Amino acid sequence: MNTEENNITVLPVNKAKVRHLIKIALYLFVVTAFEFLIAFTLPSGGLKTSIFVIMTIVKAYYIVSEFMHLGHEVKGLRWAVIFPLILVVWLIIALLMEGSYIHIANFL
Amino acid sequence: MSSTTATATTNLWNGGQSPFKVSYGKLMMWIFLLSDAFTFSALLVSYGMIRFSSESWPVPEEVFSAIPFWHINAPLVFVGLMTFVLILSSVTMVLAVEAGSRMDRKGVEKWMFWTIIGGVIFLSCQAWEWSHFIHGTGLGGASLSWNEYGPPDFAAFFFFITGFHGTHVLSGVVLNYIIYYNTVRGVYDKRGHYEMVEKVGLYWHFVDLVWVFVFTFFYLV
Repeated sequence: MNTEENNITVLPVNKAKVRHLIKIALYLFVVTAFEFLIAFTLPSGGLKTSIFVIMTIVKAYYIVSEFMHLGHEVKGLRWAVIFPLILVVWLIIALLMEGSYIHIANFL
Repeated sequence: MSSTTATATTNLWNGGQSPFKVSYGKLMMWIFLLSDAFTFSALLVSYGMIRFSSESWPVPEEVFSAIPFWHINAPLVFVGLMTFVLILSSVTMVLAVEAGSRMDRKGVEKWMFWTIIGGVIFLSCQAWEWSHFIHGTGLGGASLSWNEYGPPDFAAFFFFITGFHGTHVLSGVVLNYIIYYNTVRGVYDKRGHYEMVEKVGLYWHFVDLVWVFVFTFFYLV
């Protein structure tokens, strides 16, 4: 039952593609390592939080665009996935503001 | 009316072809992942809201500072290890997809195997972390209604968010195993393509993606 009986030709490893994927993986590791560095060196505050949020978006971009291959799909599919996430931006703004007001009403 | 027929055949949206140039199954996986992204967003954003409205909130790195076997204070080390394991298993997954695109059954078997191992290691780490968090440091530990480290809401969100993510990892490991089993059985060789590896790969990367956000918003910020 070897593969030749089914007329399957196994192509050689696409070295350029694998190198590209390894490079993306290295980016992810470097960014995560950088996050650790920040976690232990910077004091808590707006700057630290902003750096973490930006690093997270960078990592999310590489995972979605390269690992999930969305960056190489047609434009229509890219936007069909990305555009509805605008609702999440609204949710973040609405609920975090609401939370702050509850905090003010209860504790300040 | 020859011009109408000409436009009808060139219009992407008139049927007979995928305007997004992906198969039905892959498109449906994207739609499912989008809906799942909304669920996870809702959980994480409500965590943010409760945190913003609370009087005080624990510093996560002081709560999650234990590692197995060594009784030392090691903030974030264990969860960092879990993050690296999950990213690594995402890398082995893309390599499985790459092997599948070349019809390389042995390659798919090898990389799917390592992806499953990565998922199992992650789940084991999470089981240890849950157990450690529940038992606590002798002050009652944590449950959905009690939390020795701070507000009970913190523990409730921890169990809900990491639990919901862990359930996804568990389903992912099961799906990965089914793909691995089918690959070994030669199902995809008979079918003539390895698209199932890509579809389950999308799901697995999504689970990794969610962890990136959980890691930032639950452990770092």
